[in-house]
Amino acid sequence: MSLVSERLKPGVTERWVRLRWFEPQCLAAVWSRELALFKRYWASTTFASIVEPTIYLLAFGVGFGTLVSVIDGRPYIEFLGTGIVATAVLFTSVFAGMFVTFVRRIYQQTYAALLATPVDVHEVVTGEATWHAAKAGVYGCAPLLVAIAFGLDPSPGMVTVPLIGFLTGLGFALFGIWASAVVPSIDSFNYIISAVITPLFLVAGTFFPLDDLPDWALLLAQFNPLYHCVELVRAAAFGFEPLIDLYHVGALIVFATLMWWLAVRWMRKRLID
Amino acid sequence: MGQVTVNRDAAVSIRGVVKHYGSITAVDGLDLDVYPGTCLGLLGPNGAGKSTTMRMLTAQTHADRGEIQVLGYQIPRESKHARALMGVVPQQDNVDIELTARQNLSVFAHLYRVPAGQRKTAVDRALRMAQLTDRADTKAEKLSGGMRRRLLIARGLVHDPRLVLLDEPTVGLDPQVRQELWALIDALRSDGVTVLMSTHYIEEAERLADDVAIMSHGRIIAQGTPRSLLDEHAGKEAIEYYGPPNRLVEVEAIVAAAGLRTRRSGPAVTVLRAEELPDSVAVQLGPGSPRPSNLEDVFVVLTGETVE
Repeated sequence: MSLVSERLKPGVTERWVRLRWFEPQCLAAVWSRELALFKRYWASTTFASIVEPTIYLLAFGVGFGTLVSVIDGRPYIEFLGTGIVATAVLFTSVFAGMFVTFVRRIYQQTYAALLATPVDVHEVVTGEATWHAAKAGVYGCAPLLVAIAFGLDPSPGMVTVPLIGFLTGLGFALFGIWASAVVPSIDSFNYIISAVITPLFLVAGTFFPLDDLPDWALLLAQFNPLYHCVELVRAAAFGFEPLIDLYHVGALIVFATLMWWLAVRWMRKRLID
Repeated sequence: MGQVTVNRDAAVSIRGVVKHYGSITAVDGLDLDVYPGTCLGLLGPNGAGKSTTMRMLTAQTHADRGEIQVLGYQIPRESKHARALMGVVPQQDNVDIELTARQNLSVFAHLYRVPAGQRKTAVDRALRMAQLTDRADTKAEKLSGGMRRRLLIARGLVHDPRLVLLDEPTVGLDPQVRQELWALIDALRSDGVTVLMSTHYIEEAERLADDVAIMSHGRIIAQGTPRSLLDEHAGKEAIEYYGPPNRLVEVEAIVAAAGLRTRRSGPAVTVLRAEELPDSVAVQLGPGSPRPSNLEDVFVVLTGETVE
């Protein structure tokens, strides 16, 4: 078979004198794979990302809003519309991190294939987490657009929402990846969803303001990354308070860093023996 | 077990490697060299440690003890460099079934860092090697088993590697598809690519390998060309005698008395090194079915086990 003899240019794979510990090329490679997959499922994801917040705003905003018309001097629907940006970010990132990673590791053996190429565990984890985070950043804007259609006033600060979504999504995607490496089976995700994700999602200031809760509850909320996301999105929509917002950004950075460390450590434990 | 340090002339050199999983010793003092441009067949039954050895070469498994060098790089410390230069074809089919053949190859061209300007050339070339050019835009899940295996092999060749690791490349495939893949692997070898192939198919090793290393219980128990292994351990010819159990016992007794070895294979007793069988004994044994000796005879002689 003469085809094999037709070689690529010599040295194609030998250009690098030294491969570094972290290669941006690896991210590009992992992203190229995600992008090829995304072309297959973008329509359903986009549909869900628009329809879900619309239903929330109709059900809670219009329905529940008849009971609570105004919060912090704003119509309830604006309070909720900004809040559920965080919900969209959370669900987009954490479920991708959990289920996609688990299925790829156990059923598809994707990582066994990736790790046979010049890519290491921390690069795969970073590549996939940043991809989920980018999706969270983009799809996090969907509720905001729906809320604008429901009457929320656009403001210049809103251009930072994709960045807030990215940073929050990064932490939660990494949390999901970590969880996928910890659980013994895919059913065990039920524990994590009920015991961790649902409380985080409900007590983040999305549906009701936390300011009126007792001090201890407000203190606990500081450990909920989603709370910081909600606060930042509201700031983006209604006006920043630089010092407080920097605190929220800092909290999200700490969360993402800690989750990165845990996700890489556990994935390495599962993939390299 | 001669050298203590790795052999720098070899494309793959393994010295004294040990790997335990709990109380199980998967690899137990492994020494192995694969020379550039040759095809080495790693032959052994399931559980002999072949797959663990393969995983260690890509640093997906870390040895507890011993030294490994691949293409001049220390494993696992410099494994990223080694991985850039080698292609790996896993035993388990893990192509992305959602992606087309072309997309699968393109992703791996990225992962192997084929420069953007050459990616298309590399993918087209891999598609031709796998004879999938006209199925390039078919989703992998729609490809037949044989096509998918060819895609899996092409994926490990997309960056034109210097060394290819094939882990049981034809396991579970029907004979015709196996022949196709053999042609592909043979073409690689003729092209000067170093190939390390694990297999438990004797015929596969005989057909493709310049050198065969027989692995049992985590170590290499014999290594050489198929010819030299046969000469040394099994002779030129074997004769199979069929019959009821008492007849088989009788044959074994006669041959043992003549100082030769036999082995049971199903309903037959096979006399090894039959070319040395004295005529008088041959007459006593009556008619049998002569055949050339094969690597399976070697394997049985060396280990007392059968491969499959």
